Amino acid sequence: MTLNDVWFALFILIIAGYLILDGFDMGVGILLLPLAQTDVERRTFLNSIGPVWDGNEVWLILGGGVLFAVFPLAYASLFSGMYSAFMLVLLVLILRTVALEFRSKETSPRWRSTWDVVFGLSSLGLALMLGLAFGNVVSGLPVDANGNFSSGLTGLLTPFALLVGVTTAAMFSVQGGIYLLLKTEGELNDRIARTVPRLMVVFFSLNTLVVIAMVLFHQEITERYTTDIWPVIFPAAALAALGGSWLFVRRGEAFKAFLCSSATIGLLLISGGIGLYPNLIVSTLDPGCSLTVYNAASAENTLEVALIIALIGIPFVLLYTAGVYYIFRGKTVVDHHGY
Amino acid sequence: MDAETLSRIQFALTISFHFIFPPLSMGLGLMLVVIGALYVRTKDPKWRRLSFFWVKVYGLIFALGVATGVVQEFEFGTNWAEYSRFVGNVFGSLLAAEGVFAFFLEGGFLGLMLFGGNRLGPRLWLFSIFMVVFGAHFSALWIVMANSWMQTPAGYTIATDPAPARAVMTNFWEVVFTPSFIPRIMHVFMASWTVGAALMLSVSSWYIFKKRHLELAKSNLKVALPLFIFFAFTNVAVFGANQAVEVTQNQPLKLASMEGLYQSESCARMYLVGWVDETTQTTTGISIPCLLSWLAYQDTSATVAGIDSFAPAPTPPINLEFQVYHYMIMVGSALIGIGLLGGLFYLWKRRLFESRLVLSLLVLTVFAAETTITAGWWTAEIGRQPWIVYDVLKTADGVSPLVPAYEVVFSIIMFVGTYSLLFVLFLYLLNRKIQAGPEELEEVETVAVGNLPDTFRDVFRRQQPRAGEEPP
Repeated sequence: MTLNDVWFALFILIIAGYLILDGFDMGVGILLLPLAQTDVERRTFLNSIGPVWDGNEVWLILGGGVLFAVFPLAYASLFSGMYSAFMLVLLVLILRTVALEFRSKETSPRWRSTWDVVFGLSSLGLALMLGLAFGNVVSGLPVDANGNFSSGLTGLLTPFALLVGVTTAAMFSVQGGIYLLLKTEGELNDRIARTVPRLMVVFFSLNTLVVIAMVLFHQEITERYTTDIWPVIFPAAALAALGGSWLFVRRGEAFKAFLCSSATIGLLLISGGIGLYPNLIVSTLDPGCSLTVYNAASAENTLEVALIIALIGIPFVLLYTAGVYYIFRGKTVVDHHGY
Repeated sequence: MDAETLSRIQFALTISFHFIFPPLSMGLGLMLVVIGALYVRTKDPKWRRLSFFWVKVYGLIFALGVATGVVQEFEFGTNWAEYSRFVGNVFGSLLAAEGVFAFFLEGGFLGLMLFGGNRLGPRLWLFSIFMVVFGAHFSALWIVMANSWMQTPAGYTIATDPAPARAVMTNFWEVVFTPSFIPRIMHVFMASWTVGAALMLSVSSWYIFKKRHLELAKSNLKVALPLFIFFAFTNVAVFGANQAVEVTQNQPLKLASMEGLYQSESCARMYLVGWVDETTQTTTGISIPCLLSWLAYQDTSATVAGIDSFAPAPTPPINLEFQVYHYMIMVGSALIGIGLLGGLFYLWKRRLFESRLVLSLLVLTVFAAETTITAGWWTAEIGRQPWIVYDVLKTADGVSPLVPAYEVVFSIIMFVGTYSLLFVLFLYLLNRKIQAGPEELEEVETVAVGNLPDTFRDVFRRQQPRAGEEPP
């Protein structure tokens, strides 16, 4: 196992951290318009993620920084090739932040409902865009010998990538719904508890479709699962974790359900990563042009320095994260001093 | 226009807009730590009231800084792919380190800072504020470090096999401590503190001018004014001057461009205002003889190298560089004057509180300080052109080769649209907060101070405090 492999694994874990954490606040955003009806309910939703959303988003920034440092050639190809897609990701990231921040600064119902719509749609948009990008990475991109491609915006809109996009949105709604079960009380909690199992059925069905589509059309990513047997543990565990979260939601044990749902997201991403390895971006023009964890990586001394930085930094990250979630644990209370 | 020019425009636009907020996060943050410490020391509730007020303002500034900050990290890849390939080995680690060390610190404690007033005791709240502010400084440290590597690259070698050509790190510590790093970071910190102190000074002067919240505003001004004078003065006299020495040593062509000095001169003059005619290569204006020689070498008779002596090296746009640099110098120095004037009027039997002229000058300081720090950053970045990594890689060679111009046009339109909206909303909300002023403590405190956990042990021993109020 080389440093490159270690970094690939760490990168996948950082992205998994991002999807699990920002996933629930995107989910809360997606569910805001359909589920929260009164102003107090909406504020409960927003305040439930209020103290933590910023820290969650940092995982994305960290993921970007790590990709830049460790696999710079993949970073350059992916970001420039999907130029417009990444610009749209930026747009929804900006809109989400300001909608959350501005919404409760004015009391007028029209001001508030406008920002609620912006927050809901940009959360949904972000989930779709992330899924779309992931779908395109899985199905390969037309990377040339210099590592460049240009997809335009419409070039990314393949049926498969769209399916992955919608599935991602469903996955985050489940994650957000379960988080809200932890954070809400009373009638609102009951309403969410009725919706979450339905969302899980939708997510499960869509995800099954994604797997079928991969087996039929994108065998390069399922190949590893047919040559080796041990990697099957990960998708199997993802399925088990999804089953577990279903069970715990039914029993009203929201915290355990949240852990299971987080595990589902993490395990699905790991399964995808195993299918992709050792490629980072598969070239659809010529397999020789594919960017791998070896040919797209920084020199070994950079990988070492970055690993030292990560090993010093990540324990602190986990400590702050745990501390904040601990201090803001329990049901969300809407007061004068929040969102 | 081609994709390169458009990408330059977009990057300049997005980073200049972003750069409004980080100096405030650092500077206002430091002032908040001072106010919080005063409360912990004196237990005077006025400081607590001010903390609640300024934390709200800080939240707004911070949110915009976060929202506009992610953009740059993406743009290196989207618009400057060749640059990213070239510097990834060196530059990427510093960005990743910023994420893992600084952003998580800020992100983790931000919630406690913004919502902590009713959840944490004064000491723990102050601790959270301190950690966020420390994180903001730490973040700036990594960014200025990365940027300093682009100004004065060191600790690397260029590898060409396998393609593409790229800078490979040979010594991590040389990458971190490039010759320009320490002088530049000190200048950035001190300038940011000036901006933060100026914001507090402006707002308290405005209240006194309008005869609102008088007692609170006077207390606030008494803290802000001396710090403002100190920061503004030290920044020009110590760290700004030191920066001139650093540029002289490491980027002498940049120094010559800043002053529009075409021919080498002993006892070189420094302009106060002026105009560079780049076609005739002449600079005209009002100048002080020998001052440039003294600034650069602490010797009035020293020879300063002119632009000619570096020919045929490519130069930045000289007049633009000259103008932004002199804006920084003139307005930065004027800030000291305004501060001292305010200080004198205060010492002169507290006449400051009655003098509408001096108060209105003090109100203007935040706008002057913000534009000055931006002009300073432009001086550094325009003066580096046409290089993206000084003397190593041209900006033109760093651009993404396949991104079509029309896609960049669309993204520029998108940024201009969203940022204009954001800026209008930011000013509107900031103005409203300021007009509303600090609220009464009874309104913002939902839990009595004495009941809040004030040590780490308290936090983990107690049940979560509840705000037993109906939502408004």
